[in-house]
Amino acid sequence: MSLELVVAGALLTTLTLYVLTGVADFGAGAWYLAARGKRAPAQRALIDRALAPIWEVNHVWLIIVLVLLFAAFPSAFTAIMTSLHIPVTLLLVGIVLRGASFAFHHSDVPFDQRLPWGRLFAVGSLVAPFWLGVVLGSVAAGLPASSGSFVSRYVEPWLAPFPLAVGVFTTVLALYLAAAYLTVEAQGGELQDEFRLRAIGAGIVAAGLEETLLLVSREGAPLLWAGLTGTVWGALAQFTTAVAGLTGIGCLWFKRYRWARFSIAGQVTVTLWSWVLAQWPYLVPPHLTIYNAAAPTPTLRAVLYALGAGAVLVFPALWYLLRIFKQQTLFGSDAPKD
Amino acid sequence: MTDLQAARTLMAASLGFHILFAVVGIGLPLMMVLAEWRWHRTGDAVPLALARRWAKGTAMLFAIGAVSGTILSFQLGLLWPKFMQWAGPIIGLPFSLEGVAFFTEAVFLGLYLYGWRLLSPAAHLASGLVVAVSGVASGIFVVLANGWMNTPRGFRLLQGQPADIDPVAAMFNPSGLAQVPHMILGAYAATGFAVAGIHAWRLLRHPDDPFHRRALTIALWLGGISALLQPLSGDLLAKMVAVHQPAKLAAFEGQFATEAGAPFRLGGIPNLDHGRLDYAIEIPYALSLMLYLDPTATVTGLDAVPRDQWPPVAVARGAFQVMILCGAAMAFVTLWAGWQWWRHRAVAQSRRFLQAVILVGPLGFVATEAGWIAAEVGRQPWIITGVMRTADAVTPVPGLLIPLVFFGALYLMLAAVVLWILHHHIGAGTPKELQVVESPAVTRSAYES
Repeated sequence: MSLELVVAGALLTTLTLYVLTGVADFGAGAWYLAARGKRAPAQRALIDRALAPIWEVNHVWLIIVLVLLFAAFPSAFTAIMTSLHIPVTLLLVGIVLRGASFAFHHSDVPFDQRLPWGRLFAVGSLVAPFWLGVVLGSVAAGLPASSGSFVSRYVEPWLAPFPLAVGVFTTVLALYLAAAYLTVEAQGGELQDEFRLRAIGAGIVAAGLEETLLLVSREGAPLLWAGLTGTVWGALAQFTTAVAGLTGIGCLWFKRYRWARFSIAGQVTVTLWSWVLAQWPYLVPPHLTIYNAAAPTPTLRAVLYALGAGAVLVFPALWYLLRIFKQQTLFGSDAPKD
Repeated sequence: MTDLQAARTLMAASLGFHILFAVVGIGLPLMMVLAEWRWHRTGDAVPLALARRWAKGTAMLFAIGAVSGTILSFQLGLLWPKFMQWAGPIIGLPFSLEGVAFFTEAVFLGLYLYGWRLLSPAAHLASGLVVAVSGVASGIFVVLANGWMNTPRGFRLLQGQPADIDPVAAMFNPSGLAQVPHMILGAYAATGFAVAGIHAWRLLRHPDDPFHRRALTIALWLGGISALLQPLSGDLLAKMVAVHQPAKLAAFEGQFATEAGAPFRLGGIPNLDHGRLDYAIEIPYALSLMLYLDPTATVTGLDAVPRDQWPPVAVARGAFQVMILCGAAMAFVTLWAGWQWWRHRAVAQSRRFLQAVILVGPLGFVATEAGWIAAEVGRQPWIITGVMRTADAVTPVPGLLIPLVFFGALYLMLAAVVLWILHHHIGAGTPKELQVVESPAVTRSAYES
């Protein structure tokens, strides 16, 4: 196996972990917006309790994605940061609003009630996955080197149906993942049922959007369309996603929350990996592959050693963190049915 | 304002904002751990309350540091894509290690902040220690990457492109190695004195409050030792700059003409048209002596460097002098504290001393900003010294004034809220439980409270 492939695998793994954890945290924050009426305080408290000890850790995956990208595939990093300057900046705005307002909100300082920390937190959590999706969608659609006007160089790559649809899809996935995770976090009671219904709703919307995306990709991301519709593995991937999606919604319906969470995470993972496989070996179509964009061998080796050594340190630590704070949600079992 | 100017200003604003939180993220966890360790040893409730108070500050400041650091890692690409494309493979190693350190820090900070009741006291203390250590590690790796921009190593230039990349050699570049102790000591000094200043201010009003006394002691120990060691690390760094970046050193010292037996100059106004420093106080032979341990040694002046490769002399020199003056003030207060300790076995006796501590309280942060400005502006016009000019690295995306205004406003807003929260934490004064409890001996069960 070539070094490029190993590093690309590490990049994909990190991105997957970020989507399953960090992006789900955005979804949880966005559910703040749906918390209304007399149930709002309980719902928000559940979200806060679930996020507090882990959201900063989950966020670090994004930093690792960035570092891997610029260290190992510098020309891909440059292409993304140049053509997608605007959506990346908007993604940053979401990340900053979310993080800062969460920290302020929980600083034990009795702010004036009119200060909108909760709302900023929710809005930041909503826009961040959208713009992340737009960035990923634009990459899937391809970033051809262009020398035209401002609009054709810095706006058209992302202001198109496919990237925007991926943005919406990512947002719904975030909401879906978060609602499913929160059903387990709630451990029974009214809260569990509330998030169960939300998860089912989000799941149905996500399924619809997934099919829409496929149709839009015919024009918007031809590589993706060709991969998913024209190959055996593409058909298999679609089938797996559909099964996982249906299983997820079914499990939620029958209140098998842990199985639901597992299926939904599987559905998201398969979706992400099918995209990557479809545009294989391109990192940023139509020119940059993981081979021609890769840094020289000594760099790839150094980065892999560093991250390998880091993994030995980080994963046990992460395991310990989750043992302490997510004992019940990750290692326990569902409460007996009533 | 040109796009290049906007990009530079935005990068400067982002770094200038982030560095404050990075510095606190290095210093405050250590103080928090020292206080908790003190409680472990003695069972005294005062340091435990201190550890908890400082942990609260750390939580909020770390979060803002994490988001502003995220902004930076994106802006490296958003503003300087050509630099990143060129340098990314060479300095990817320290950035990867920094990612690992940041990860460790986030994990153990979560354990520390939310694990007061869930972890055993020893595991809790150990978590805090890991936070303190990984904060330092993060700082070291970032500074090593920055050092590479000053003294690029670990590659060979082949038709304008890097070849034969050696990431390890790049990471252990001479400038980075010399910058590391200076930055870490600076972080400890800045945090120590800022915290000492805050508690000294409270002590002026409540002279016998044990909470603020203990806080002042811990903060002054950390800040003071660092402030005394800092001139040594600075001296080491200056000697390195003199060898590798003579133009930068010449700008720092206002050394326009190459000169044997160069004096050390204090103050003065750079006169670029006539190539001299006006109205400066000179200490004869001192600069040659400091740099080369030889009063007659020759110091390279700006005249040895083509005019278009001069850094902005006034800014670099001004910032450098501000840094040195702030450092001197902190060292002076430290010596004063030592004197008081020697004579009276207590540092917080005289009001005059407390007032002095309050005055120098912010100077560590001023010195950090000034030193950083000196280091970065002194590197100009290069983004990679001798290899790539800053002007050649900037993004082709136009209209950078818009993100500059936006992020500028964002930083001001965040800074205002952070100050408000800190003001509230400080205004909260001595924790209530300490005001009620007369006896300082509290059993371990206080931990469960």
